[in-house]
Amino acid sequence: MNITLNGKSRDIPDNATVEQLIDILDLTNKRLAMEINEEIVPRSTFSNHIIHSGDTIEIVGAIGGG
Amino acid sequence: MNTRTQDVLNSDNDALTIDGIDYQSRLLVGTGKYADLHQAKQAIDMSGAEIITMAVRRTNIGQNPDEPNLLDIISPDDYTYLPNTAGCYSADEAIRTCRLARELLDGHTLVKLEVLGDEKTLFPDVAETFKAAEVLIKEGFRIMVYTNDDPIAAKRLEEMGCVAVMPLAAPIGSGLGIRNPLNIATIVENANVPILVDAGVGTASDAAIAMELGCDGILMQTAIAGAKDPVLMASAMKKAVEAGREAYHAGRIPKKRYATASSPVDGLFF
Repeated sequence: MNITLNGKSRDIPDNATVEQLIDILDLTNKRLAMEINEEIVPRSTFSNHIIHSGDTIEIVGAIGGG
Repeated sequence: MNTRTQDVLNSDNDALTIDGIDYQSRLLVGTGKYADLHQAKQAIDMSGAEIITMAVRRTNIGQNPDEPNLLDIISPDDYTYLPNTAGCYSADEAIRTCRLARELLDGHTLVKLEVLGDEKTLFPDVAETFKAAEVLIKEGFRIMVYTNDDPIAAKRLEEMGCVAVMPLAAPIGSGLGIRNPLNIATIVENANVPILVDAGVGTASDAAIAMELGCDGILMQTAIAGAKDPVLMASAMKKAVEAGREAYHAGRIPKKRYATASSPVDGLFF
């Protein structure tokens, strides 16, 4: 199925969970935060939150800033 | 020395209290624009800052997976991170950014709210800032808010429940110094929350001037990171903030147009 991930179109397996997506992206155990369709997805729900086709996902991290 | 003098000279007894927490340093610094994260850490350590800002941005996917992360090099265990909403031009963008920052930092609620008006000046959009502040305060965020050097806007933001108000000295990154000292002084005079100058400082004397006006602290980034030697400038800024604080409490002499002799006139032998 297709999702929009950080502004780019991407195919991921059907019914993937957030945890599986993070594993696919090689981001496991990285400090990150996520929103799907502009709603925060708490880390505690990563393993059971199922991603739907067409979801818009943002994965963010901390970066230097003023 | 009287007790007051001793208190100001000993930063333990002249703490900056933000949202009920005491900080010994009145200098807050950014973490960006450095050559690398190691230089950032050196400069931050030299500045003595305890509160440091960070930005929230998209994670690089599939690029440099081993690239060092800000929070790994400069640990949230050692500093109070102040996530900012830099780059946000609407209340909605700022609110989303703060929610993501809270998730990123395990429930941390202290944030720097800034909603920008245009790219040329990076002046704050005060109307959008009010909107964002109202929502974020309801959601339990503790807000240090970037605003214009407008005493009325500053007071309204305090009344809404912002834990610190941070008027600009000059446009972000401009290095123009304190453009409107009278308004900054008025904001300080009216305030019941800490007032920190945020943005516009260019060099150490600017920092000292802000502190001499009675500001509770200063937040700066480009003045340090953009200097030829950021680590040395961090040291200069630390001293300037301390010197300005002491001068503020010491009470400067009034300015006047004509001279007053420094040596006695009595006893002249000619």
